[in-house]
Amino acid sequence: MSNEIIVEARRQTEICNACRYCEGYCSVFPAITRQRAFSDGDLTQLANLCHNCRGCYYACQYTEPHEFALNLPGILAEVRQDSWKEHAWPVGFGRAFDRAGTLIALVMVLSIAALFVLAQAVRPASGEGFYAYLSHGLLVAIFAPAFLAPLVVLMISLIRYWRTVGGKGLKWRHISGALASAGRMSNLSGGHGDGCNFEQEDRFSNARRWFHQATLYGFLLCFASTSAGTVLHYDFGLEAPYGLFSLPKLLGIPGGIMLCVGTAGLAWLKTKAERQLGAAAAWGGEMAFVLLLFFVSLTGLLLFAVSGSVAVQVMLPLHLGTVLTFFLLTPYSKMAHGFYRLAALVRDEQDK
Amino acid sequence: MSGSMQLAPDILIVGGGNAALCAAITAREAGASVTILECAPKTFRGGNSRHTRNFRCMHSGPQGVLTGAYDEEEYFSDLLKVTAGKTDEALARLVINQSEECYHWMGAHGVRFQPSLSGTLSLSRTNAFFLGGGKALVNAYYRTAEDLGVTVAYDTQVTHLQHDGSRIASVTATVDGETTTFMPRAVVVASGGFQADIDWLASAWGPAARNFLIRGTPYNRGVVLRDLLDQGIESVGDPTQCHAVAIDGRAPKYDGGIVTRLDCVPFSVVVNKDGNRFYNEGEDVWPKRYAIWGRLVAAQPDQVGYAIIDAKSLDLFMPSVFPPIVANSIEELGDRLGLPPDRLRQTVDTFNAACRPGTFHPTELDGLTTEGLDPPKTNWARPITEPPFYGYELRPGVTFTYLGLRVDRAAQVQAPEQAVENLWAAGEIMAGSILGQGYLAGFGMTIGTVFGRIAGKEAAAYVK
Ligand SMILES: Cc1cc2nc3c(=O)[nH]c(=O)nc-3n(C[C@H](O)[C@H](O)[C@H](O)COP(=O)(O)OP(=O)(O)OC[C@H]3O[C@@H](n4cnc5c(N)ncnc54)[C@H](O)[C@@H]3O)c2cc1C
Ligand code: SF4
Ligand code: SF4
Repeated sequence: MSNEIIVEARRQTEICNACRYCEGYCSVFPAITRQRAFSDGDLTQLANLCHNCRGCYYACQYTEPHEFALNLPGILAEVRQDSWKEHAWPVGFGRAFDRAGTLIALVMVLSIAALFVLAQAVRPASGEGFYAYLSHGLLVAIFAPAFLAPLVVLMISLIRYWRTVGGKGLKWRHISGALASAGRMSNLSGGHGDGCNFEQEDRFSNARRWFHQATLYGFLLCFASTSAGTVLHYDFGLEAPYGLFSLPKLLGIPGGIMLCVGTAGLAWLKTKAERQLGAAAAWGGEMAFVLLLFFVSLTGLLLFAVSGSVAVQVMLPLHLGTVLTFFLLTPYSKMAHGFYRLAALVRDEQDK
Repeated sequence: MSGSMQLAPDILIVGGGNAALCAAITAREAGASVTILECAPKTFRGGNSRHTRNFRCMHSGPQGVLTGAYDEEEYFSDLLKVTAGKTDEALARLVINQSEECYHWMGAHGVRFQPSLSGTLSLSRTNAFFLGGGKALVNAYYRTAEDLGVTVAYDTQVTHLQHDGSRIASVTATVDGETTTFMPRAVVVASGGFQADIDWLASAWGPAARNFLIRGTPYNRGVVLRDLLDQGIESVGDPTQCHAVAIDGRAPKYDGGIVTRLDCVPFSVVVNKDGNRFYNEGEDVWPKRYAIWGRLVAAQPDQVGYAIIDAKSLDLFMPSVFPPIVANSIEELGDRLGLPPDRLRQTVDTFNAACRPGTFHPTELDGLTTEGLDPPKTNWARPITEPPFYGYELRPGVTFTYLGLRVDRAAQVQAPEQAVENLWAAGEIMAGSILGQGYLAGFGMTIGTVFGRIAGKEAAAYVK
């Protein structure tokens, strides 16, 4: 971890601990006040608890030009970004975070191209819907490892994180508490329900919370839709394409729409917000990730819209290519934040 | 900028802190056109109010973040205790009575509250804490004022209010280095005290004041206060007095705010620069003695003191903003702090020898007192023996001054013969009308809120 960044984070955290005015905004401040001295691990944990709502920046009487130069959201974002890089596995792969934007674009182009070629070159003799272009066997052969391998890699990263932050044995109470907090995004309410200070300086708004909820739940619905398809396929012998009133579609369409709206909203908010209050250098990569998710949902919806027509030939590789990119880069892109955040919330429950 | 600014609003508000904003919002809601002149740039707007954390609020039962009940009599008797009776009872009771309504008014105008901060549990019944502190409160009021159509001019210092015998005829201000004259129909002054004018402090207090640190804004220089007093407006409050506490000597000259406070005194021996003790460090629980240590340190050579503790006391008080100076022996600590090491050793040895066995209890008066020591330490007296040893430099930090404008129940400013027809005052600039000496935590914001609202209402009624 960059020493300069961690030293600066410690300096600011100690000022906050002597002040405590922001205690009610989020769980970062109560976690600060439980301690007097802050190890690198403590600061890493605080950084991953922070949601970058910026309430504490606009409320702070010590922001520049004051000589104390507080910018807690900014410095915690830097520590957070650094911590993902440092805990990424295999060691050294963390550098991918620095080039997330380029990487996303590159992997996307390659994935789409590969699937396009496959859809042309090894078109199955028979099959319905998209299985007419890519056989079920081939899809499973590509996507099962592309989905599972990154998850394994992430789990290893999280175990490394857990060691850094001094995590203890897990109890159900810790996990349920963390899930309840993440599910409601209670920390993004700003402690008063008015939301965060993101897109209009010190004016509070719940826009970010709502768009993020749409993204999260949209994503989970899409995921559930795919899982439902898998279950139908293997357990019931029901193969795609599924009808409008089938479980995969009933979950997938609303999920896709929510994901589309949520990510578009988040991208728009991001253009409005002050960059210096986040990890400024990571802005491009974060934006690329949000847009990637947007394309995943958009192409998914379009694929459904064009089903039955020849356009499937084009839309299918487009959609599957974005999904593949998303899976592959999960451990090395902004997507990782969800996993670290959850781990941080669980860790926080242990100290409460 | 003067081109775009209305030079003759109904009401001109001088200052941009809590009292000014409460007045502006109230007057605007009553239909008047309102302009705020704030001498600080936008980044430092809000005066001392941006450093606050709570206000003191009467209430008959649990309410929002406030626990229990706090009635008028208890509130007033708390005030009598700290001011030793130097208070205007009628005005004080007016403030106390209206404080409860303020809680709701503040909420309705964007202020959010939080339960009392960790380490301040003793205030959860009497004081409502602002979520995010005073700057969040000030931001909320500026947003509200902006939405209501109040005009705000930053970087605009008011230099003169022309008093023509019965009313304020015009107001002069410096905007971007240029002198601009405003012709408002009514004026509310809410520009705070004069504590940031070190020359003025030094002429009132003596040259020692040059070594004082100013806890709040550098913009409260009393320009308007002096201008009005020079024109014969009635003053109130002791011109030589200021509220000062002992803060971390490494704090910035201005605007260090809350974080520079040090709560270690009860667990320390405090010496002056010659290495000698000068006062009973364990006289009472810290919140009650917080305010006298500013004066005590101010009376020492070079206006500096040093609090010395050992390892067993480090975790007993709120963390400090700057880390303490650490050493493994008393002599070494003396050296690091610039104190005569041998003398410090002697002082600590004498103190240690005067300590008696007993049960130490950090949060209450434990009666653990020294014997045969002068001055004594009458509570929490434990020998300083366990390395590492820690030292903090203490200096007087001025919170506010007491000299102000005399106002009546309607916040109207008084000239010797009659009230000034179109001039009202609110906040620190008139707090001396209520608070003759001493201070009650959270009362400054209560005075500002109550009188700001009164001033805004009266001024709006006048221009109707
Ligand atoms: C560190 C600290 C902590 C405190 N904590 C608390 C607390 O928790 N609770 C509490 O009740 N009180 C607290 N106080 C006291 C409290 O700050 C004051 O009582 C209160 O803020 C006074 O409000 P005001 O509006 O009168 O003055 P201020 O908020 O100081 O506002 C004065 C305004 O006038 C402007 N001004 C000055 N001169 C001119 C001029 N010539 N022309 C134009 N504008 C001018 C200033 O820039 C400023 O905006 C604290 C004070 C300090 C220093
Ligand atoms: S961000 Fe500023 S106001 Fe908030 S706790 Fe930290 S120092 Fe205090
Ligand atoms: S930015 Fe928001 S979540 Fe992060 S520490 Fe500040 S208040 Fe808490």
